[in-house]
Amino acid sequence: MSHIEVRDVSLVYDTPAGRVPGVQAANFDIEASEFLCLLGPSGCGKSTLLNIIAGFLSPTGGEIRIGGKAVTGHGLDRGVVFQDFAQLFPWRTALGNVTFGLEMKGVPKQEREEIALKQLQLVKLEKFANAYPHHLSGGMQQRVAIARALAYNPAVLLMDEPFAALDAFTRDDMQRLLAEVWRETRKTVIYVTHNVAEAVYLADRVVVMTPHPGTVKIEVPIRLPRPRDPLSVEFLEYQKELLRQLGPAATGQATNGKAND
Amino acid sequence: MASATAGAGGRLRAFALNAYPFVVVGALWEMVARLGIFPPRLFPPLEEVAAALVRLTVAGILPHHAYETLLRLFAGFAIAAVAGVAVGIAMGRSRRAEDIFLPLVSIGAPIPGVAYAPLFMLWFGLGSFSTILLVGFVSAFPIIFNTWTGVKAVKEIWVRSAQAMGADNRQLFRQVILPGALPYILTGLRLGVAQAWRILVVVEMLAAVPWGLGWLIFGAREFLNTDVMLAGIFVIGLIGLTLEKHVFARLERYTVVRWGMMAS
Amino acid sequence: MNAPSPGTRSILRATVTILAAAAIYEIIARSGIFPRALLPTLTTVADTLVSMIADGSMLRHAGYTLYRMLFGFSLAIVIGLPLGILMGRFRAVEQFFLPLASALMPIPSLAWVPVFILWFGLGNTTTVLIVFYAAMFPMLLNAWSGVRSVNQIWLRAAGVMGADENSLFWKVIIPGASPFIITGLRQAFQRAWIAVVGAELIATSDWGLGWVIYDAKEFLNADVMIASLAVIGCIGFVFERLVFGSLERNTILRWGMARVAKG
Repeated sequence: MSHIEVRDVSLVYDTPAGRVPGVQAANFDIEASEFLCLLGPSGCGKSTLLNIIAGFLSPTGGEIRIGGKAVTGHGLDRGVVFQDFAQLFPWRTALGNVTFGLEMKGVPKQEREEIALKQLQLVKLEKFANAYPHHLSGGMQQRVAIARALAYNPAVLLMDEPFAALDAFTRDDMQRLLAEVWRETRKTVIYVTHNVAEAVYLADRVVVMTPHPGTVKIEVPIRLPRPRDPLSVEFLEYQKELLRQLGPAATGQATNGKAND
Repeated sequence: MASATAGAGGRLRAFALNAYPFVVVGALWEMVARLGIFPPRLFPPLEEVAAALVRLTVAGILPHHAYETLLRLFAGFAIAAVAGVAVGIAMGRSRRAEDIFLPLVSIGAPIPGVAYAPLFMLWFGLGSFSTILLVGFVSAFPIIFNTWTGVKAVKEIWVRSAQAMGADNRQLFRQVILPGALPYILTGLRLGVAQAWRILVVVEMLAAVPWGLGWLIFGAREFLNTDVMLAGIFVIGLIGLTLEKHVFARLERYTVVRWGMMAS
Repeated sequence: MNAPSPGTRSILRATVTILAAAAIYEIIARSGIFPRALLPTLTTVADTLVSMIADGSMLRHAGYTLYRMLFGFSLAIVIGLPLGILMGRFRAVEQFFLPLASALMPIPSLAWVPVFILWFGLGNTTTVLIVFYAAMFPMLLNAWSGVRSVNQIWLRAAGVMGADENSLFWKVIIPGASPFIITGLRQAFQRAWIAVVGAELIATSDWGLGWVIYDAKEFLNADVMIASLAVIGCIGFVFERLVFGSLERNTILRWGMARVAKG
């Protein structure tokens, strides 16, 4: 049995202009400890699909199963990292943010701070444990967000374009760091992006989605050894293949890392 | 808060939603008034207040009081607006003006304007003149502060681009600095008029002016005419609401909101 | 952090300005153009202030004023803050109280003074209630908009991490709304300070800084008036800078949540 099963998931929005399909009959599986990228241009429903898996939205058709059990809402088995830097609580330090989930679980103060410090070490921010978010750069804030999502040890990490609002250099660093964190923690990751190179760099498998309506077009496994070299011929071959799958309309946008949903 | 697209039914619903708290409170008031817990002279039923309102309005007394009060408000506010914006811009543009005015303004600001009232009456006598002067004095503070902040907040890049395009000093001022500082200036004017309104009524009570809503309320106390006092307060609330909702909100919509410099 | 020169320089300039202004005032006062009783010299004002402090009367006036202000202000917080939060959380509460608040707020608190005198007599009760009325609305409306403006993403993130309703309220909504709540406290204080002095002018008959100013007018004691104004200004300044300033420094400024103050 796969870790996460996405079965015929559809979501239809009721808007004043009529019923608009956001996601149509999405079907795929994710294995335990697999790194899966949902790749597609704006409006292809990839973020919507992630929000359904996270339990923020209910599908109008089909269902999500995690470990065989149908998803009905959000739960501690899934950690979520959003794109917005504002996701951190500004009134808590980096450490305070990371301990939040453990605090909710009722873990004693000393223990949760030890765990949180380890998570901050994992994202190389232990020196900034007592800094407030507004003193941290965007990349650092997103690293705190990753540590925060991992702290209470969920089996699945859901990431919604977490690095899309960062500059190109920082984004490269963050991708390397995330690949390391994933290698060490072996979480099941679902990662939404519109950046083709990012998908090839991170994913075991890429699910390509196309818009109007949002549908899964194809799944492309990335069979490259890690750590990956973005300048290798094979890497570029995969990029070309994914761009071809996205189609001409999406090409301009999917290669431009700055555009976001 | 009916949206523009809502039909007549929606508007009716919104009206009912807004009206029902008043119906509840009105009913409570009526009950207390009729039970006779308090003397009816001091706690009149609402229809007596309404009757007083109608009687005084028809006789032209209430409009005359309101007219005089508004006249003082606008006269005082006009002085404050002209002087306050001028001083604020001078402070924002010139170091010397900032050095001179900032300490003086900072000393005056933490004292509630109404505390100056007896001093102004001592200096300028009872009556309309001191009232207008005090209203102007009090509402000038927020106008000065906000104008000063606004001029300082004008983006250097706007000034430089205007200069690069050949704007002279006068054009720079009229075309860039004034519109650039406008969101702050409008906030200052709004705060200024609110401050003025908050104290004008009580200054009218102290200054023994012959007409004015403050004096109407204060004078009615002598004769225990609670219904007249409440009718006066009703008119005061109506004017305050109109100033807030219609005058300034509209001014902002036509300028800074349209330019995207301020959320509506 | 900040270099000493610009700070020292501006303090120096401010001192020069104030000294110059004082000198001009003193020259006019001593010239005898205006009667001494109306335009007392600064030395007279200083003497009056010192002697009123020495005989304890100024402290007593200030004590009465502070007591009335803080009583009404606390009442406004105890009622306005929870009510505003409830309005932000529950639609039914909002639908009932928001129209009432919008209708009562534009009425200046001081307009109620004569009515309250009729109902409650001269003295403390009327003054405290006027202060309460003045401070109530800024507290209520800021708490309400603060709760409504709490970033949705914080609620989502906290929900994902397993926060229940209780922790959501105390650990996310209250700190998230704190910039507005602190602005509300500050505005409520400013309104309360105006209201207490204004109400004392009309509605008290023995003690209080507002009353002493009003009383001094009857006897043409401009020196007493100016001395009392100075005390009023000092108390206002202390609250504004020290109390609310340090509250802000320890919360929203430290968290980087300060926003442009409005109103």
